[in-house]
Amino acid sequence: MSIYRFVVRFTHLDPRSMGYFSDAQALGFHNLKRIKCQDLYFIEGQLSQDDLQQLTLKLLTDPVTQSASWMETSADLTQGESDSVIVEVALRPGVTDPVAAEIIRAAHELGINGVHRAATGLRFQVEGLNVDGIIQLAKQLLVNNVVQRWTMGNIEPSFPEEVESSGTIETIAIRNLTDDELLALSKDRRAALDLAEMKAIQNYCVKEKRDLTDIEFETIAQTWSEHCGHKTFKAKVVINNLVNGNYQSPITNYPSSIDSLLKTYLKSATDKINAPWVRSAFVDNAGILDFDDEFEVSFKVETHNHPSAIEPFGGANTGVGGVIRDVLGVSAKPIANTDVLCFGNQNISFEQLPEGVLHPKRIMSGVVAGVQDYGNKIGIPTVNGAILFDEGYTANPLVFCGCVGIAPKGKHKKNPQAGDRVIVLGGRTGRDGLRGATFSSMTMDAQTGEVAGASVQIGDPITEKGLIDVITRARDLGLYNDVTDCGAGGLSSAVGEMASKIGADVDLRNVKLKYAGLAPWEIWLSEAQERMTLAVAPEKLSALQELCDTFDTELTDMGSFTGERRLVVRYDGSIVLDLDNEFLHEGIPQRQLKAVIKNQLSVDSGQLAAKVNVKEVLLKLLTHPNIASKASVIHLYDHEIQGGTVVKPLTGIQADAPSDAAVIKPIGTRGMKGIVLSNGINPEYGKRDAYRMSMAVIDEAIRNAVAVGADPERIAILDNFCWGDPLRPDTMGTLVEACRGCHDGAMLFGAPFISGKDSLNNEYLGADGQRHAIPPTLLISALGMIDDVTKSVTMDLKEAGNEIYLVGKFEPVFGGSHFGLVMGEINESIPEVHEITPKVYKALHKAINAGLIRSAHDLSEGGLAVAAAEMCIGGRLGLELTQRLSTRDLFGETTGCLLVEVKLENLIQFEATFKDLPYKKLGQVTSAPTLKFNDTSIQVGELVKFFNTPI
Amino acid sequence: MKPQALILQARGTNRDYDVAEALTLAGAESQPVPLNELRAGKKQFADYQMLVVAGGFSYADALGAGKLLALDLNSYFNEEISKFVESGKPVIGICNGFQALVKSGILPDSNWRLVNGNSSTTLTFNIQGHFECRWVTIKPVSQKCIWTKELSELIECPIAHGEGNFQVSENFPLVSFQNEDQVALTYARADGSPANGEYPFNPNGSVLDIAGICNPQGNVLGLMPHPENHIHSFQHPNWTRGAKGHSGLALFQNGVIYAREV
Repeated sequence: MSIYRFVVRFTHLDPRSMGYFSDAQALGFHNLKRIKCQDLYFIEGQLSQDDLQQLTLKLLTDPVTQSASWMETSADLTQGESDSVIVEVALRPGVTDPVAAEIIRAAHELGINGVHRAATGLRFQVEGLNVDGIIQLAKQLLVNNVVQRWTMGNIEPSFPEEVESSGTIETIAIRNLTDDELLALSKDRRAALDLAEMKAIQNYCVKEKRDLTDIEFETIAQTWSEHCGHKTFKAKVVINNLVNGNYQSPITNYPSSIDSLLKTYLKSATDKINAPWVRSAFVDNAGILDFDDEFEVSFKVETHNHPSAIEPFGGANTGVGGVIRDVLGVSAKPIANTDVLCFGNQNISFEQLPEGVLHPKRIMSGVVAGVQDYGNKIGIPTVNGAILFDEGYTANPLVFCGCVGIAPKGKHKKNPQAGDRVIVLGGRTGRDGLRGATFSSMTMDAQTGEVAGASVQIGDPITEKGLIDVITRARDLGLYNDVTDCGAGGLSSAVGEMASKIGADVDLRNVKLKYAGLAPWEIWLSEAQERMTLAVAPEKLSALQELCDTFDTELTDMGSFTGERRLVVRYDGSIVLDLDNEFLHEGIPQRQLKAVIKNQLSVDSGQLAAKVNVKEVLLKLLTHPNIASKASVIHLYDHEIQGGTVVKPLTGIQADAPSDAAVIKPIGTRGMKGIVLSNGINPEYGKRDAYRMSMAVIDEAIRNAVAVGADPERIAILDNFCWGDPLRPDTMGTLVEACRGCHDGAMLFGAPFISGKDSLNNEYLGADGQRHAIPPTLLISALGMIDDVTKSVTMDLKEAGNEIYLVGKFEPVFGGSHFGLVMGEINESIPEVHEITPKVYKALHKAINAGLIRSAHDLSEGGLAVAAAEMCIGGRLGLELTQRLSTRDLFGETTGCLLVEVKLENLIQFEATFKDLPYKKLGQVTSAPTLKFNDTSIQVGELVKFFNTPI
Repeated sequence: MKPQALILQARGTNRDYDVAEALTLAGAESQPVPLNELRAGKKQFADYQMLVVAGGFSYADALGAGKLLALDLNSYFNEEISKFVESGKPVIGICNGFQALVKSGILPDSNWRLVNGNSSTTLTFNIQGHFECRWVTIKPVSQKCIWTKELSELIECPIAHGEGNFQVSENFPLVSFQNEDQVALTYARADGSPANGEYPFNPNGSVLDIAGICNPQGNVLGLMPHPENHIHSFQHPNWTRGAKGHSGLALFQNGVIYAREV
């Protein structure tokens, strides 16, 4: 059999090559004259000349825009044009290559049955760079070592290797190991377990009088990982208020120790609020709320930081895929995605980059492309998000992926029966993402990219689309008794969790593999994407199989649920894992952690050093990457699919102003009811005062939701903590403070937490030995309800002559403000949340329902001036603020405040609604497109120009 | 009795329920049908009065958007679809569906395909080189196309594609489109004046601002934009500013009225 290589060139204009060229320019490759990108295909088989003709004409090229050439790989190969260097890139073995699979399928469909195997790659013709330049370009732009390999000149194809399944089992003798040896074992197998946990495993072995198999050890390591076990949030935290000997009492008196942050602060708030419309909180794959009499909605937000740091596209791609499966795991149809992204400074020079770190520009474009690819292809609108920049995220970007789902009430089942089959649906299993859970629980170092390579995968959204089609139908037909997703830990946690009460007996030999040669523990632990696990009664299996055939989804029967309360895993009949459920799921010793609560900065300088040019400051703020327009990214996401996006991410007469929140009318629901999605996040506050930060971002998320029309008494929230190393007492101290703030914030607004996630150890050990930690970052995502979507309010000014009011307790400060970022740090505390704020939001909601509010926009980064400017941009109308406004009024930051636009005929009714609440009239909307305050006036056109400065 | 609309669901189709809602609102009975059920003979093309090839990412755009779905149409359903088209029943391909109709040769002219073998029109990568989702204004032009004839209003609706740039090979006589009144929809400015290739009014670089074309008989329409996502007023980007909206619905109503007649 021969192998043919096909090179496909563009004869027409070639936007992809143009893209590579401009990216290279942006990265500083100014000598680059030309770069041409061509597609590379390798096909192995018995193929006639006519077959090869047909393949190029009918499959591999677009005859209108492309031409192709082919040759046997054995043949002598020419080097393209003389003055250009060839760089060829191919996927590493084991990385999913869906296109290759389609080539084989389609070739057979064409009747070309001689096609045996296929592989894909890229070929670059580069002009103007010397060899060093080429190597740099390849490393920095063309190739990602984690999933790809490359060479100058012609690359050899690598097809999945065809070796026999190994079935090898190692035995790990653990009973007689010393403490040091236990820790060494944990390290060698990258288990990220501490001594107490290793000793617990040892004791279990002693009790059971036997050693562990490798698969048993790996299963315990996964189940007990931070990622799956949330050890830090369940830990016993000993509080220490002493800071370098001198005691300053923290804001409240802490108990000497806290038994589980999760229980004490997050779950307890939800329990105390005890909202009747919460159907499920914390227990399932996603939180679930009542929508109407017919439907329930679910919401989950995940992080995928570490994978995105080393392979931005794949990391973000599988992050989106993962959270969609969480929603599918509560039997819901996904209807909306959210994405909040944090990156390092986009203009950092390569010299300043820590070793082994990708450039933030590259990370951002890769992450955005990954989000775009998955969300758009699977057909879920991406409707809400944020993008923030801080040098703290340079080595450790944050990728928060959220998904909302909808399902008919009472159809989601969560109780596997003894005798049910253990069914896996979807993608095949490979070495994908091995040890992802433990990997995500470790601090990264310069080698992480190398060793963790296998931990990152590229997603396959079309296969996951098939899962949605099958599972939502299977749900309606009542074909399963339990469902969960395969996420971190793969089958080991999916089957493990489902069997945690009744036990199961499965055989790994049944699992369909992408390629052979996997050891049993690899099959069991693999984090191959796009897989769901179901408990199916034997008599319903054929009906499920039929559904799967209709939607091209693979079904695997792994074994059965037993009712014997043990997890038994076999390979080809013989037992390779036999663990007691109670030990596996309850046997982990509670972590003991130390926290130092530092008294937070609370001085108020009350004044500014120098007088400032307010116009300059405002324009500067509008160009700050955290505030400037994100339109270039938003337009890459499909936010219209499913036809329910009532308030869109961009709004206003030119659709270029930032909405406060998204409003969705779920397709297929009756009436005009809708959901509202918003978020709050503020690392600048996190650096300064974790407690107030939590309060402030909860307030921000709720304020954004209320601004577009959400009912403030029907908002649920999710927490996502991204923190440093919890073993460091001061880091732990800020985490405790943040959790306390979450509790108090949730209680103040009566907004229950329904789900959450923590990603810890977001630190990076540079080759320089320095720690690169991220700012303490808490994302609060809010899911609100609106009874009539046609009453939603957008933030763009509507008509000249209307009055502008400021509502909410207005106490602007400069601590952590963006004014401080552009003008220099000011030594002040960050804004506090005022207890009157919930009343303000209720009044605003009343006014919105009464149709009194023409536009509303919240005061956030940049303060009142930026909010006013954005409203002008939205409406292309002017604003005349007749009240005298100090620099502090204009740029200081607050909580609980919004600007609202009211028609003259509604002023009395509006003011009556806000009786006894803080509000003040600021000025009027003007047809002349000018923003006027004090003696300053700025053309709206100028605001638009600065706001649209590229990030 | 309401005309039955077959909405083709391939692996990766994802705007099937959007267009189903539009057709239902326009007065048809819409049925999303998985391609495999047609292959298995569980459903028959002949039982339907309308055929819709819906938007999405069939086969993840592998080897080019719509390419592998086009291959399916030709290798599994060539006869049924040819019959459907020749019978004059209304057929519409939106976005990925348009790409599939073009790459299978059903558009711009299936007879032309039979003569010339491989197609000489295509939908290639947007000129800006990436996927884009934004609202556009499109102008109904063709009076032969049963979907667009007598539509007086401009249609505002979103695009959401990366490969919507309509191009033809050099030897292809573009003028024949105008002569045959096959240019069904063109990208325009808000006031209806031609985009003349200017971004973002023409959002992808399509030749002659072509947003949609029909076959010479006028019963098969392919278009890149998504009128099915503008069938309610609250979908319009400026409904909070009083925009009337739902200008995408008329096109589907046209199709349904016509389907009743055949």
